[in-house]
Amino acid sequence: MRDLVAIGASWGGLHAIGTVLGSVPADLPAAIVVAQHRGSDHDLLAPLLDKVSRLPVRDADDKDPLEPGTVLVAPRQYHLLVEGDSVALSTDEPVAFSRPSIDVLFETAASARGERVIGVILSGANADGAAGLAAIRRRGGVAIVQDPGTAERPEMPQAALAACPDARVRRLEEIGPELGRICVGAAR
Amino acid sequence: MALGFDHDPEALELELLLDGIYRRYGFDFRGYATASLRRRVWRRANLEGLDTITQLLDRVLHDQSVLERLMKDLSINVTEMFRDPSFHRALREKAFPLLRTYPFLRVWNAGCSTGEEAYSVAIALHEEGLLDRARIYATDMNESALAQARSGAFPLERMQDYTENYLRSGGTRSFSEYYVARGTSAVFDPELARNVVFAQHNLATDRSFNEFHVIICRNVMIYFGRDLQRHVHELFLDSLVPLGVLGLGRKEAIGPPEIAQRYEPLDPTEKLFRRRR
Repeated sequence: MRDLVAIGASWGGLHAIGTVLGSVPADLPAAIVVAQHRGSDHDLLAPLLDKVSRLPVRDADDKDPLEPGTVLVAPRQYHLLVEGDSVALSTDEPVAFSRPSIDVLFETAASARGERVIGVILSGANADGAAGLAAIRRRGGVAIVQDPGTAERPEMPQAALAACPDARVRRLEEIGPELGRICVGAAR
Repeated sequence: MALGFDHDPEALELELLLDGIYRRYGFDFRGYATASLRRRVWRRANLEGLDTITQLLDRVLHDQSVLERLMKDLSINVTEMFRDPSFHRALREKAFPLLRTYPFLRVWNAGCSTGEEAYSVAIALHEEGLLDRARIYATDMNESALAQARSGAFPLERMQDYTENYLRSGGTRSFSEYYVARGTSAVFDPELARNVVFAQHNLATDRSFNEFHVIICRNVMIYFGRDLQRHVHELFLDSLVPLGVLGLGRKEAIGPPEIAQRYEPLDPTEKLFRRRR
């Protein structure tokens, strides 16, 4: 059973995440958590994604439960972590200049949920998320990386692929439907 | 037989570490949220050149200096002056006016870490003419954080950010009036701290120690598990006067329903609440 999708993105991420969330099945039997790098003042990410997503999107509050069919976004200036069946927040130092850090989200998801996690790395211009995606694979989870050739910025997908050579490489518009197939297929 | 740690043996190691620290030294981190705790523990293990959390337990039990370094890692939270300026603006504009009728004010800054927030509140109270009749109790479990707080010295390089925060929080003066540059530090006016008491208090294990008109505890309980969060919320209810004000972090809930119903919102977006009578 795969029931937690963790998505990480940076430069170009708003469009990329929006495309994925706009093409997942509306009855996806998995919770989605998102870490997107952005400026310290940017509070509009969740509302913008909510407009294009087929699933409801909101900023995570500390200890919000992970519920199938809902999307929780790391709030600006906080790390988002997976804590048992909930999320948790921290204001610890940025990791590799990033808060939220994709690695923090992915590594805690892997610890808490093991093989139930699907990690997705999208467009971005740095290497955050590569170590986290490898942690998800080590624990038996699924790794999906946006085809660097189709990414607004290829560096982050490339770094993820270097750390995770067996990740599934997909064009952006393929990722949402594939998440549906993996989660629904496994639920049956 | 499944004993619950099959997919995550490291969770067992973490439990043993926290249990060992508690039983050997009395420091209780057992109610903390594990995800960020585990990251901090690993950071210390790596810095000590260790490969497992169990090795760290061994070192901690036999070498007090390792314990002290780990305690520092686990208990000091990152903070800044006027963090979330809109919160401090709401505190100034919506909470302080309610406090003017009291002849004497007690403010509790719980989990003050290195003191940036206590100084921020002192500055705002000063500008609103309330500092002379106020006492701010700024508490933390970590003595070295408190020592830094008592010094009133913060990194000079942060002052540009803090000045911007201060102005956006509704500050009415020039921020640089409040400190002098000394080397790489900005040393704040000791007059601000005249009514601030920095004291050790552990939210997990210590009781209420006074009655307060305002309690500010921001981004501290996010490090606690649900049970410990509830315990601290009960502690705050015991410590607030009727109609007293509680301020939490931007992404923190007011607690389980039976706690939440004891408060009315003062500014729910900024996580300011007022205790019902």
